[in-house]
Amino acid sequence: MRTFSIIGKRIPKPDAIPKATGQIIYGHDVKVPRMLYGKILRSPLPHARILHIDTSRAERLPGVKAVITAKDLPPRRFGYGRDRTPLKGDKVRRCGDEVAAVAAIDEDIAEEALELIRVEYDPLPAVFDPQAALQPGAPLIHEDRQSNLFRHQEYVHGEPDRALEEADVIVEDEFDLGYVQPAPLETSFCLAAFDASGKLTIWSTTQIPFLLQKDLSEALGIPGRDIRVIQTAIGGSFGRGLDMYSFEPICVWLARKAGRPVRLAFTRQEEFAVSEARQSMRIWARAGAMRDGRLWVRDAKVLLDNGAYVSWGTVTTLVLMETIGSLYRVPHARVVYDSVYTNNPITGAVRGFGNPQGTFVVEVQMDRLAEAIGMDPLEFRLRNANRPFEETPQGIKITTCGLTECLEEAARRIGWSEKRAAPARHGVIARGVGIAATMNVGGGARIYRSDGCGCIVKVDDFGRVTVLTGATEIGQGSDVVVVQIVAEELGIRPEEITIVNDDTAVTPWDVGVHASRTTFIAGNAALRAARQVKAQILETAEELLGASAAELELRDGYVRIRETPEQRIPFDKVVRARHFRQGGQVIIGHGWYDPHNEMLGPDGKGNISATYGFGAQAVEVEVDVETGKVRPLRVVSAHDVGRAINPMYVEGQIEGGTVMGLGYALSEHLQVHEGRVLNLTPFDYRMPTIMDAPPIETVIIETDDPEGPFGAKGVGEMGTNPTAAAVANAIYNAIGVRINSLPITPEKVLRALRERSS
Amino acid sequence: MKYPLTLKVNGETYRLEVKPHRSLLEVLRDELDLTGTNDGCRTGNCGACTVLLDGAPIPSCLMLALDAEGHEITTIEALSAGGELHPLQRAFVQRGAIQCGYCTPGMILSAYALLRENPHPTEAEVRRALVGNLCRCTGYVKIIEAVLAAAEEMASAEVGSR
Ligand code: FES
Ligand code: FES
Repeated sequence: MRTFSIIGKRIPKPDAIPKATGQIIYGHDVKVPRMLYGKILRSPLPHARILHIDTSRAERLPGVKAVITAKDLPPRRFGYGRDRTPLKGDKVRRCGDEVAAVAAIDEDIAEEALELIRVEYDPLPAVFDPQAALQPGAPLIHEDRQSNLFRHQEYVHGEPDRALEEADVIVEDEFDLGYVQPAPLETSFCLAAFDASGKLTIWSTTQIPFLLQKDLSEALGIPGRDIRVIQTAIGGSFGRGLDMYSFEPICVWLARKAGRPVRLAFTRQEEFAVSEARQSMRIWARAGAMRDGRLWVRDAKVLLDNGAYVSWGTVTTLVLMETIGSLYRVPHARVVYDSVYTNNPITGAVRGFGNPQGTFVVEVQMDRLAEAIGMDPLEFRLRNANRPFEETPQGIKITTCGLTECLEEAARRIGWSEKRAAPARHGVIARGVGIAATMNVGGGARIYRSDGCGCIVKVDDFGRVTVLTGATEIGQGSDVVVVQIVAEELGIRPEEITIVNDDTAVTPWDVGVHASRTTFIAGNAALRAARQVKAQILETAEELLGASAAELELRDGYVRIRETPEQRIPFDKVVRARHFRQGGQVIIGHGWYDPHNEMLGPDGKGNISATYGFGAQAVEVEVDVETGKVRPLRVVSAHDVGRAINPMYVEGQIEGGTVMGLGYALSEHLQVHEGRVLNLTPFDYRMPTIMDAPPIETVIIETDDPEGPFGAKGVGEMGTNPTAAAVANAIYNAIGVRINSLPITPEKVLRALRERSS
Repeated sequence: MKYPLTLKVNGETYRLEVKPHRSLLEVLRDELDLTGTNDGCRTGNCGACTVLLDGAPIPSCLMLALDAEGHEITTIEALSAGGELHPLQRAFVQRGAIQCGYCTPGMILSAYALLRENPHPTEAEVRRALVGNLCRCTGYVKIIEAVLAAAEEMASAEVGSR
């Protein structure tokens, strides 16, 4: 057994104190001299031709410093589908499409200016149903495309058609999964400023600082080398910052036109109305099993509504495909999907990235299959659970895998056997328990050509270590993870480390924070950089202590001889000895880590991650059969995280993810009517409050991943993935009805109960 | 048109001129640079803008700055004014109750008001006191733990000082 001095400790994040005292600087707090306030005029219509825009009265309003429309911008497209311009010139394709923008000396004047802009629209027929959008003759959202189909893809392994005939039992369901918003507490923000030489600095809440350079450059024609991205402290993100939105290039262009810095921040209403939601999906799924308990086949057809433009979010189908094809051993599987344009709100990345949807389908049907063959659902899962070091037919090379332990632990702690045996019923209140598992990429995900991250570690004369990492801190604790890894390797205290993670001009490159990749990838990069520093320190210490590097260790701020630890020199003294000498050298280490994972082939196969995380959640719920209200009483969430570098924040990821999953299951729903979002406040959207959050017991299962930094795997999204399925299964256990549409509102529960009794 | 306003914040008196429709939140942030009070919705829904008005937590986005005259406002900056963290701040830091931190100042102030009224709250009482403060990151588990731990610490410090 390895023993650690820093790894595994519950150490607070370096930014925790400034956050507790109000000293931290979020985007919304940043002010620079001569800063203007930007605002965007948006389309009230879901689909319309723009006939004319008159900005003359806005331009004349005192205090207005810039007004722009599509005509002012270079005619360039951006985005995953290259299907949008920052401002729309010919037509609008969704409510909220950007039509004009202003910058003024204060927010009031900017708002007044928006009111003075006249836009003449010619409304076009719109389409809001993805199925209708695929019919011949449907209004075309993008006229340069043949149809509203963005992408059709099929994934197959085994022989699903034959398997469907062979299976002893088949279950079939239709799932309807609504929109949810990432809805971090801080709204979207950017601040753009040009210096006298024409170089751009942008302060941003992005998750992809280095790719944002590229995206901005693509949208505006500004060379990427002239763009510097500074990340402010970020008030949550959950996938929101994975794509560049139109407001960012708009803000930049306002700054260019006005010749002054411009700040643009969304109102909460804007955030709900126009920022990217989790894709709504309709899924038709069949699954089959053998009476002896073998899962035999899965077959799913997915219709994904992108909305008016596609983002990286459309790639969520790849994740969904993996969940359907590889969560549990399944010899035959097929996923067919269509991702479609409509005049609905745009969609994008949200924590889980297709996995919550896929897991809902898989895990609801696992329960149904178990019932059909008369087996306990837990046993059925254990029987078919993925095992360590096996390759799935999809080409996923599982290494460490604690799925069995997670299922067993979650079930045991929720009181599975007793409670399943006799679901409690007191008057109108029924109780039930449900379980669901998850598999998530835990060692990066090769979505882009690179999955890499860089790190630099340097040491000053006083032993203060500075770590420059490409990793983005969005609250999850990437900073403390990197600090703990470096501290462990160098035998120093975490307080002696300064972490810098917010400036593309300073930090080494990274593809961004997504796919639960940061602990694994940035952690490995940091470990490599720290090892170089350690080697340099040991090399110098060899001379000073007269022992070979192999005999030395770094511990408690000293370099010492392992066998005779009283022979030691302080860490900082070694550093100075290396600096202050004839022919001295600087102590600096750099690390780059890009895992040996693969991009998926056109057939959807390949080992997309260097390792995978597993987990299981058991939920106990209470259902009021008179009101239809579902109350989660308790959640046990067990996760194989490889090794918890900092258990406190591993728990934090799981607890926060679980409550987000509960929101998805029971309350959160972006209500969209004819392309317009109706619920624009956290209250109307029904974001979970402290009253909605049940006690959550987190169980950390450590499997010591051979590739992970000190054995760690990623964890960020795992808590969210299985929750909705576990809740739906618990509801079934309590009242015997299945609800396949999210969120499971009281109305749906009552309707299902009525239908069953009639 | 601006109106004169005398505002008492964290024990200091400020003489300002503000437009009549400015909220207390905007004046605290924009005029006094007290950016620890966060702006999350401006509709009274999220609690990120919580401050204490004569000791009671309110969403500062819903109060007109002019209406705050004659009252004592406390913001998060006051809690560690002596250079030392308040036990609530310490508990939030040490127990992992802070992730992105955007909700934190509001959470701490609501909890501070609770503990002044009720030094030994139950978990249910903590939940009730924080119902107006949304957190999107933590799932609330560690926030509740932190408030209960701070209550305990403050109570034992009290006993010790007697
Ligand atoms: S900003 Fe005041 S409650 Fe949200
Ligand atoms: S810590 Fe992010 S909202 Fe609470």
